[in-house]
Amino acid sequence: MLLKIVLLGITEKQRGRYAALAIAAVVIIVGIPLWWKTTETYRAWLPFSDINELDSLQLRLSVDIEVVFSRGTLTPEQQKKIPLSHVNEKEHQVDAKTGLRYQYETRYRTATVMEEDALNQPTAAEADLSLHTLTESSCGSVVVYVIPESSVLLPEDVKVYVGQRRTALLRSPPFKSSWSLNEVISNLNPRVEQIASTMSFSHQDITAALSDRVRMTKVTKESMADSMRAIKSSPGYEITFSLLNPDPKSHSLHWDIEGALHSYIQPLLNKLAPIANFSVDSQILYYAVLGVNPRFDNSVSAYTLNADSLSHVINPVEARLGSNAASSNPVLNFLLYVPDAHHSPLFIRDHSRREVPTNAFHSPRWGGIMVYNVNDLYGPESERPVDISINMAKVMGVFLAQLRLMLGVHQTHPPSGFVLQSPGSAGLADWELDRLMWSRSVENIATASTTITSLAQLLDQIGNIVINDNIALQVSSAVTSLQAAVAELDAGNLVFALQYSREAILASERAFFDPSLLHLLYFPDDQKFAIYIPLFLPMCVPIVLSLLKIVSEVKKRRAEKQAKSD
Amino acid sequence: MAAYRCGLYLALILILSRIVHPGIADTLEKANDTTGEKQSASDAPRDNADARSVDLNERQWQKTDVEPYTGDDPQNTPSVRPAKDQFEEELVIRPLHSGDIYASFQFRTLWDVDFQQEGQKTSHYRLFPKSLGQVLSKFSVRELHISFTQGYWRTMQWGQPFIASPPGAELWVWFHHTVTDVDGNWRELTNVLSGIFCASLNFIDLTNTVQPSASFKPLGLGNATDHSFLRYATLPREIVCTENLTPWKKLLPCGSKAGLAVLMKSEKLFHSSFHSQAVHIRPVCQDEQCTSKAWELRQTLNVVFDLYTSGQGKKEWSMFKMFSRTLTEACPLASSSKVYVDITDNPEGELFELSPVTALLSQAVVLGDRRTYSVYDLTRAETFGQLRSLNLLLRWKGESGDMLRPLLHAERYVSGFGLQTGEIHTVIYNNHPFRAFPVLLMDSVPWYLQLYIHTLTVTSKSRENKPSYIHYQPAKDRHRPHLLEMLIQLPPHSMTEITVQFDRALLKWTEYTPDPNHGFYVGSSVVSALVPSMVAMNTNFTLDQPLFSSFVPVKEESSYFMRVYTEPLLVNLPTPDFSMPYNVICLTCTVVAVGYGSFYNLLTRTFQVDEPSPPLAKRLANLIRRIRGVPLLT
Repeated sequence: MLLKIVLLGITEKQRGRYAALAIAAVVIIVGIPLWWKTTETYRAWLPFSDINELDSLQLRLSVDIEVVFSRGTLTPEQQKKIPLSHVNEKEHQVDAKTGLRYQYETRYRTATVMEEDALNQPTAAEADLSLHTLTESSCGSVVVYVIPESSVLLPEDVKVYVGQRRTALLRSPPFKSSWSLNEVISNLNPRVEQIASTMSFSHQDITAALSDRVRMTKVTKESMADSMRAIKSSPGYEITFSLLNPDPKSHSLHWDIEGALHSYIQPLLNKLAPIANFSVDSQILYYAVLGVNPRFDNSVSAYTLNADSLSHVINPVEARLGSNAASSNPVLNFLLYVPDAHHSPLFIRDHSRREVPTNAFHSPRWGGIMVYNVNDLYGPESERPVDISINMAKVMGVFLAQLRLMLGVHQTHPPSGFVLQSPGSAGLADWELDRLMWSRSVENIATASTTITSLAQLLDQIGNIVINDNIALQVSSAVTSLQAAVAELDAGNLVFALQYSREAILASERAFFDPSLLHLLYFPDDQKFAIYIPLFLPMCVPIVLSLLKIVSEVKKRRAEKQAKSD
Repeated sequence: MAAYRCGLYLALILILSRIVHPGIADTLEKANDTTGEKQSASDAPRDNADARSVDLNERQWQKTDVEPYTGDDPQNTPSVRPAKDQFEEELVIRPLHSGDIYASFQFRTLWDVDFQQEGQKTSHYRLFPKSLGQVLSKFSVRELHISFTQGYWRTMQWGQPFIASPPGAELWVWFHHTVTDVDGNWRELTNVLSGIFCASLNFIDLTNTVQPSASFKPLGLGNATDHSFLRYATLPREIVCTENLTPWKKLLPCGSKAGLAVLMKSEKLFHSSFHSQAVHIRPVCQDEQCTSKAWELRQTLNVVFDLYTSGQGKKEWSMFKMFSRTLTEACPLASSSKVYVDITDNPEGELFELSPVTALLSQAVVLGDRRTYSVYDLTRAETFGQLRSLNLLLRWKGESGDMLRPLLHAERYVSGFGLQTGEIHTVIYNNHPFRAFPVLLMDSVPWYLQLYIHTLTVTSKSRENKPSYIHYQPAKDRHRPHLLEMLIQLPPHSMTEITVQFDRALLKWTEYTPDPNHGFYVGSSVVSALVPSMVAMNTNFTLDQPLFSSFVPVKEESSYFMRVYTEPLLVNLPTPDFSMPYNVICLTCTVVAVGYGSFYNLLTRTFQVDEPSPPLAKRLANLIRRIRGVPLLT
């Protein structure tokens, strides 16, 4: 009977042990996954590996250069070896994660008969025009015509002439007829490279465009003041022209802004259409006063303002300029300030206390202001308010120059011996547009890649953020567009590169600013524990204790077995 | 508010991520610098000064050097039609019989713009505010009416206002029929407007937006009938204050620098019994033949000053007392700038004395009544007299007579007790002695009051009054409110009562407002009617009519259009104890843990049959037996 009881006790103990194990197993196999599943946040899959690749950006920009030798520049001997092509690569490592490679693919050929005819035009400008009608050079490419040293097409001291389109005329340096073609080409190459960096991009432009990715040192920042002036790349811009009339009782101002926009601003914007969308507004603000009272200067019997105080001057006006309610694109403001009768004439002095002939100032990435004095247009006896029509040609000349600066069409400083044809009525030469497109593409790629990588990092770091499918979609479309843009830059298709980079920037910004990312389910850990403890503590303690007990029993039994076998 | 919250969340993310991992400074910087931008982009691009751009004080100013423009001077300028933009301003002062003063400002800006070229990329603003013009073209708005009101207009004491508005904020918009996604446009538009007017219009969503089928017809040109392009919403809880007045004043071409707007000092305007400011935009004809169209922007501001109690019982007022300013000039841009004082009840000057005296009198038919006004024309120098300022002064002589009872009047209240059921009562009075006329009643009730439409009763003179038209759209929980529109014939000299019962729904705990025990507001009912007129209305359209009498187009001589708003309702909903979720979680966890513990014990404990030990007596007996050698007891 005792044995039976003992046996029963042993089986009972065994059963209890199995029960404890089973409960532990249920908790671990069913309970924990269930808890995990019900409390996890939805996170769609993101292409992290592609994003990591984008984090270290290796850009290759390739430019097609065509060098055309006109009659009289090469000896027949040298001509035999033509056509010929040659690839020249330069590599720059900007920082640890960003590298640049410029690939100049130069092809050499002789001029066709038609091109020869075109080059026989009396002036360079006409030659440029007729060369343009002959061949339509693709966006981003450069054609250099080498003309004989004795040519009269260019003035005596001019070495290089850059036309309105994508062609340049290069006066050939003196060659010895005994030279081989390679020698001629290597003699020509420094000039061709200068032309290419003027007409497509220079290293400085590209590094400035990368400023979003690459931390600049103070020194380089200062040297790049020119590029800092340009407003950041964006898919669209709002341009607002405001006429400020501080005293409608003394002046009644009329400006024909519609006609002026049509004839001065619109051609430039049409030309820039591939880069961004522009919308133009104009408004008249009455009783818009400056924030600082100008001081009367007896020596010139005029009121003067210092350029240093301009930011304080603009503050109260800026509150009234109004933002664009309908879009979130950056705004460029152009203000025309007509001082009232008691404060005119008004002149702004620059930092070295000199008067500026245009009486106009601009501020990087904000816009410009021009002071337009009207006091000499009427006598002191005239009836108030005086009707005044504003000379829009004068005003728009200034605003157009400011707009070009803001948009990044900066004044190129050509090497000596270069002559640049002025862009004419369109306001922008083709090669200037190309320059802008190169730097904008690179800038867009840099910005979009930074946005995407920082978004990926943020999402990676904070596990509580819900990632919806549409965000994943935007991120992957941004990544594919970025890859496409990089590939197109590599292939030298500038138009497509810019288009893909714009798509990339749009998609990446949409993903980054998606409001659903803000719906963070955030519970602090201590509060979570406070809620879970009443359940978890009583549940886990017996399980853990019984598991420990089982383990120790098994150990004991093993030890006993060992002892027995010994 | 939402923007603020977004910013807060983002800040939270940042703080959290800093705690989680301090090494992501780069990421944070990016997020940080875009926080401001996000706020503006997400719901109200208020100040679009690019957040990334250089700080204002660090802004570098450089001189602009220009080479003389070498391009050919363009001669092909298109001949531009001179734009006929126009601005008018007007102030009407009406002494009320209760001793209060009703002051009504109206500003009208006409924007002469080519309607054919809509959607073009350039637009030019002269007098019209740019911010509103951009809203019109971006969202293809055909007509926009927005009002902000603090206080309730007491029709029985004050008579009819020129343009009625409900307490809180009201917005109704007709979109152009080319719009495909009306709801999307509406949502964006409310966000943008909340930015422009600094109001919480971003709280307008589908749960409080309705599409009335008959009550709100376009007031401007064009005959729209498809009400799927109309959206109407009210926020009865909106509190109107200075921050709403400042952007409203900014829309005026002269701002608050000149003209009638100098009188608008917010500390006086908001120290009043009633304050209502509104913006109405609609397309109108420029002339009688309607050969050219223009956008009309009408800004109105109505205030009722309680000068009787604040003036130590003396019944006299002056412009300086009301606004703490006097008028010195008209806005130089205004083509007309006038102050009207209602002197209808005072033909011989026996009731009150008005100074300075003006010879100019004007008669206008407004709200079915012929009124006489003294007119002060601010564009004329002699108005200001020797002191070069105009300070109107009115001294009461005798007791004012009885006021003509308003012909149409409406009230509303909730009855019932407890937190389960209730009943909404709407009472409409027709005070016309012998004429019956129909009214359109519109009610928009939030979804959390579940209306029982079968309990709807309409009774006039204790007899059932069957509405000739009922449009009822039931609510969908959390998606749209109830909309009830009825055309009811009001018998002469009667009181019509409309009742409907409702249940109060239980909200989810995140849907409660921060102060749920205050109650939930239900917007005013709208009663629109063509009220029979006492005098012949002026139907021909002339431009030199005063602004206050020309807002609603009059179609026939015998009646005039009127809109009456009832009081908003404040309804209590069953409110839970908000610490409840935590308590419930803790309690259930404990109960589960206790149950689990005993279950676990039951399953895992081993049970052994214990040897029952014999009782003490038996043991003693056995001991004795053992000693004696007798067999033991078992």
